[in-house]
Amino acid sequence: MARIELDNLAHSYASRPQADSDWALKRIHLEWRDGGAYALLGPSGCGKSTLLNLISGLLTPSQGRILFDGQDVTQLPPDQRHIAQVFQFPVVYDTMTVYDNLAFPLRNRGASPAQVDARVRDIAEMLELSDILSERASGLGADGKQKISMGRGLVREDVNVIMFDEPLTVIDPHLKWKLRSKLKELHQKVKVTMIYVTHDQTEALTFADEVVVMQDGEVVQVGAPVDLFERPAHTFVGHFIGSPGMNILPCEVKGGAAFYRGEHVEAANAGATVNGAAKLEIGVRPEFIRFAGPEDKGGAAVEVVHVADAGRHRIVETRIGQDRIYVLSPEGADIPSGGARLLFDPEKTRVYADGWLAGEQ
Amino acid sequence: MKTENQRAWWLVAPVVLLVAFNALVPLMTVVNYSVQETFGNNQFFWHGVGWFQDVLNSERFHAALGRQLLFTAIILVIEIPLGVAIALCMPKKGFWASVCLVLMALPLLIPWNVVGAMWNIFALPDIGLLGYALNAAGFDYDYTQQPLSAWFTVILMDVWHWTSLVVLLAYAGLVAIPDAYYQAAKIDGASAWKVFRHIQLPKMNRVLTIAILLRFMDSFMIYTEPFVLTGGGPGNATTFLSIDLVKIALGQFDLGPAAAMSLIYFVITLAVSWLFFTLMTRNEAK
Repeated sequence: MARIELDNLAHSYASRPQADSDWALKRIHLEWRDGGAYALLGPSGCGKSTLLNLISGLLTPSQGRILFDGQDVTQLPPDQRHIAQVFQFPVVYDTMTVYDNLAFPLRNRGASPAQVDARVRDIAEMLELSDILSERASGLGADGKQKISMGRGLVREDVNVIMFDEPLTVIDPHLKWKLRSKLKELHQKVKVTMIYVTHDQTEALTFADEVVVMQDGEVVQVGAPVDLFERPAHTFVGHFIGSPGMNILPCEVKGGAAFYRGEHVEAANAGATVNGAAKLEIGVRPEFIRFAGPEDKGGAAVEVVHVADAGRHRIVETRIGQDRIYVLSPEGADIPSGGARLLFDPEKTRVYADGWLAGEQ
Repeated sequence: MKTENQRAWWLVAPVVLLVAFNALVPLMTVVNYSVQETFGNNQFFWHGVGWFQDVLNSERFHAALGRQLLFTAIILVIEIPLGVAIALCMPKKGFWASVCLVLMALPLLIPWNVVGAMWNIFALPDIGLLGYALNAAGFDYDYTQQPLSAWFTVILMDVWHWTSLVVLLAYAGLVAIPDAYYQAAKIDGASAWKVFRHIQLPKMNRVLTIAILLRFMDSFMIYTEPFVLTGGGPGNATTFLSIDLVKIALGQFDLGPAAAMSLIYFVITLAVSWLFFTLMTRNEAK
């Protein structure tokens, strides 16, 4: 187990990177505490897998250092870093039984048969593989194989960190949930630092204590799931997380107050200085918008365009001029047809300057 | 009420016709010859299984079969491991991967009798580069006179000509292995041998089955190259089954025994191929 520090880490696949776009990863500076559960979240191509492979040692960074418990491991090969990695496609050794698969990393490191046996049975118990230890691994389904991949990481006692590279991609939807909660449970049991890479927000938010949101090789926000949801540091985070994502609307700020289409909008950080920003926007999640009743005053006058039933709530698409605003309306609430007025929750409405949360950067 | 329409069967007719003329008719002609005796003049007499008994009891057939089996065994033992070894050494991507692939494909593009002619000259002890060099290096080498030299040359020629096929198949199997397997093995601390034993070899299983089958059948039926190189000699040293068969059929014009021998030859090839295939795919079925 280890504390992990990434010190000015940058990586480029080009041999002589010149333009900004040559860098797959741009100056990452992060610190992860021992035993935490972290998620790297971002769209495909944002550099999250690159970052993972740098930590595991499958890639050597172009710049910067990686430290495990303060010790520089940047130049060490994967097998000397004491890490484990679970890949997108389950990797099992087809010729071996489930038992031998789990024992493989231990045997390669010269563990005694008694040690191997105790450890393998322990881990098999945790992963509910005990009954099939003597079966051939190649005959199992994708979820069984992925469990073995996890098991091969867990079986070693000296593991600093276990990394998961979109491990549930090839798992059937109804097993995804099971495997995900199994993983969470395992983390609480073994207390190893775990890093989980995914582009699926549900996986990231349910698994991790802290989520690192990435875009174009940069870290956009690091925070607990609730922070990402309620206080996105960047409009990208607001839009990427949530379904539907945050509404982002152009606005003006005058004298510490925000105006949307000439109407005053109360926002939590409207007083922040936004001097010199080229682009000003307000962001508000569909969850924090409601339809104004007859007793309410003000609000943006919109036209209801479309209503989609999503089970527990309804997603209402409204239009005002060129802008589209989504509203999440709880089950049973009245939805006006045609014209309506929208009220934004002042506590959850924020001003963004050039994409970033105003007053933060 | 009958709604079935049998006229669709006519669509199969062209294929049936084609197969009939290029496979069934010639095969049945051979079967026809194999059970009859002829003295020319297009006169045929029933001979029953006489020719089959003759062939199966003939020492000449036993000797040719023995040589054939030995040759094929040596070919498989050399070419399969060598092909896999070369494939493992080849670069997996980039410019040099293409260069290697083209180089590997070259021997396969040369017509068989040209291969025989090339090696015939290449290995001549007085003017050929290989033959001259071997003699200069102190070996007493003359493939036209010594059975051992002839065998050495025929095997070397076949290895040169056909190992590429094994290489290409094994290579195809290797590049199909996802990177994640190698990365996982690295993290699991597996040695190079273990990577080969537990990842590469199992993943090459299918293509190697095909490689072994193809190399078995081709080498078991080899004709052109040794015929051009040694003509089956010196003596009968490199007279393999096909060469012997042609000698009987065309050299001596013994149609009956030749026909019987072809059928026996065919059955042996089929049986051994089936045996190989069953043994090698047995594990997968489990």
